[in-house]
Amino acid sequence: MSIYLNSDSKIIVQGITGGMGAKHTALMLDSGATIVGGVNARKAGTTVEHKDHDGNDVTLPVFGTVSEAMAETGANVSVLFVPPAFTKDACIEAIDAGIDLMVVITEGVPVQDTAEVWSYLEGKKTRMIGPNCPGIITPGESLAGITPHTITGSGPIGLVSKSGTLTYQMMYELKDHGFSTAIGIGGDPIVGTTHIDALEAFENDPATEVIVMIGEIGGDAEERAATYIKDNVTKPVVGYVAGFTAPEGKTMGHAGAIVSGSAGTAQAKKEALEAVGVKVGKTPSETAQLARDILAG
Amino acid sequence: MARKGEAQVDLFEYQARDLFEKHGVPVLDGVVATTPDEARAAAEKLLNAGSSVVVVKAQVKVGGRGKAGGVKIAKSADEAAERAGEILGMDIKGHTVHRVMIAAGADIAEEYYFSILLDRSERQYLAMCSVEGGVEIEQLAVERPEALAKVAVDPQTGVDEAKAAEIAQAAGFGAEDAEKIAAVLRTLWTVFSAEDATLVEVNPLVKTGAGDIIALDGKVTLDENADFRHPEHADLADNSATDPLELKAAENGLNYVKLDGEVGIIGNGAGLVMSTLDVVAYAGEAHGGVKPANFLDIGGGANAQVMAAGLDVILGDEQVKAVFVNVFGGITACDEVANGIVGALDLLGDAATKPLVVRLDGNNVEKGRAILTERNHPLVTLAETMDGGADKAAELAHAAAPATA
Repeated sequence: MSIYLNSDSKIIVQGITGGMGAKHTALMLDSGATIVGGVNARKAGTTVEHKDHDGNDVTLPVFGTVSEAMAETGANVSVLFVPPAFTKDACIEAIDAGIDLMVVITEGVPVQDTAEVWSYLEGKKTRMIGPNCPGIITPGESLAGITPHTITGSGPIGLVSKSGTLTYQMMYELKDHGFSTAIGIGGDPIVGTTHIDALEAFENDPATEVIVMIGEIGGDAEERAATYIKDNVTKPVVGYVAGFTAPEGKTMGHAGAIVSGSAGTAQAKKEALEAVGVKVGKTPSETAQLARDILAG
Repeated sequence: MARKGEAQVDLFEYQARDLFEKHGVPVLDGVVATTPDEARAAAEKLLNAGSSVVVVKAQVKVGGRGKAGGVKIAKSADEAAERAGEILGMDIKGHTVHRVMIAAGADIAEEYYFSILLDRSERQYLAMCSVEGGVEIEQLAVERPEALAKVAVDPQTGVDEAKAAEIAQAAGFGAEDAEKIAAVLRTLWTVFSAEDATLVEVNPLVKTGAGDIIALDGKVTLDENADFRHPEHADLADNSATDPLELKAAENGLNYVKLDGEVGIIGNGAGLVMSTLDVVAYAGEAHGGVKPANFLDIGGGANAQVMAAGLDVILGDEQVKAVFVNVFGGITACDEVANGIVGALDLLGDAATKPLVVRLDGNNVEKGRAILTERNHPLVTLAETMDGGADKAAELAHAAAPATA
């Protein structure tokens, strides 16, 4: 079991013919994910060649629109490697086509575009992950995004994080146990799927025994998650917050990672999580050990 | 794919004024000056055009300039030059004043407040408006929250006629003023929307004795991610206050923030680099209290050139005594990182004197480690883990800088 993504997921790639799209289509296929085609209006009717997990040749059709791709292939997941200037339109196209899951990898999307997409999503069936995120992996089953599939396999830990490389680091630290699903929700000021959404899904996923939640400075997502955990999550949650040494007023890489005044500090987030019984590690390795201890009973 | 600089740009008041004017927001004349002579000329122009007084306003990106003495009234051009001479070079909360704006004086009858900003938590926009402006709005929000109207704004529909009327009414304007205010709010929404801002704030928004509504002071924050559709925004970036190392990093497309410490940090991915800073700070507690010297994210998929550029920036920081390179190769290949390190060290030759601790994991890690082992550079130590690498780098930095103990 898993959340949002499994071996039945049929994935299309919006931007499959671009550099990033082509590279990661190959890596997703190598992971064993079921990629059924791609979208590029200017290259509709062509195909792209790749290898699957077993090294066999795969020919993927390129469609003109998402709805066409869905109709022809039965795809229910789209991964977007579309340049920032075109991301809003690509998202709206996928939403209009009625895709179940839309994973927006693109970095550098104007926040007003994301805000409009989020507003447009209201009342629609599509779940959005990202933008500016590594995507989602259900090890051994599927991969929709850029997370390396070779770090570790399937296991009892559910992971949700804003950051890509910190997700990889934590998966590596816990490679002895493995993951049900690891999801990187992205570091932008507005993202589709939140920590709370992932917590809810992991709570309801029978395969997940422990949830690891990675936060970072900026905003109040971790504080909100803490409130949610208190009232709704019965499974053990282990937390980690990055950015204790970040100074006020300096953006640390992610557009959302900025401490403004007393709000958004790592210390405040850690305290909020600990107040609801979440064990919070000081470092990734200590956090991994906390999760390991819980799994050992 | 390394991010180019920070994602938000705060504008000076005079830049905000110009954007307001461009989009039809009523503003008074204002001219920026960097010397007393320029201030005199600007004041003359405004006084000749009919202003009875001018206001000399320090241009700094920090609140409370009025209390700090950064806003002065002048009745003549000579007086404006004199006031400008006093204000230019002033330090306001750590910000040096490099420019003043000479603005026409206003006949203020009433002061209001308006802002529209990105509401991260609700994933939409929020308009805030009050009939009590000209004060510390944070203070008003805490002490008398009922006096500050907060109205959610849907990103798809924005501040249309109905929304502008709703905001004006919620703020408590009477019917006569509400109509005029609503019209101005529409123009401020245009600034927010058309310029891809994350904040547009007017404090105070004033009513003059003649009953006109004017934006007397403005604060605008722009989203740098949207620069591709606003090439003119590049001219608004302010490089005068930026650290030279930060500038050099920005020229190379690196995301770098200078901090006050001894251990230089290079990593890939914002989250991992932030975490590396923390782990180094903890490790430093056992090594004389050494601290991380910077944040430097070489980004996803960085190649050897990017790695070398990053190392060049960090080694240029005199405060740095040792460097910790912490890379988890997801998209980034560890052999590229290793080649970047070797290449940079070879390029620097004898100029490279600071020890490097390198921790690599993930994509092509064996190749990466092999490259470093084979080169066997005397300054490079390979670390097996993130914690071990942080500890070693802190130890080396402390050994090289015992004075910090």
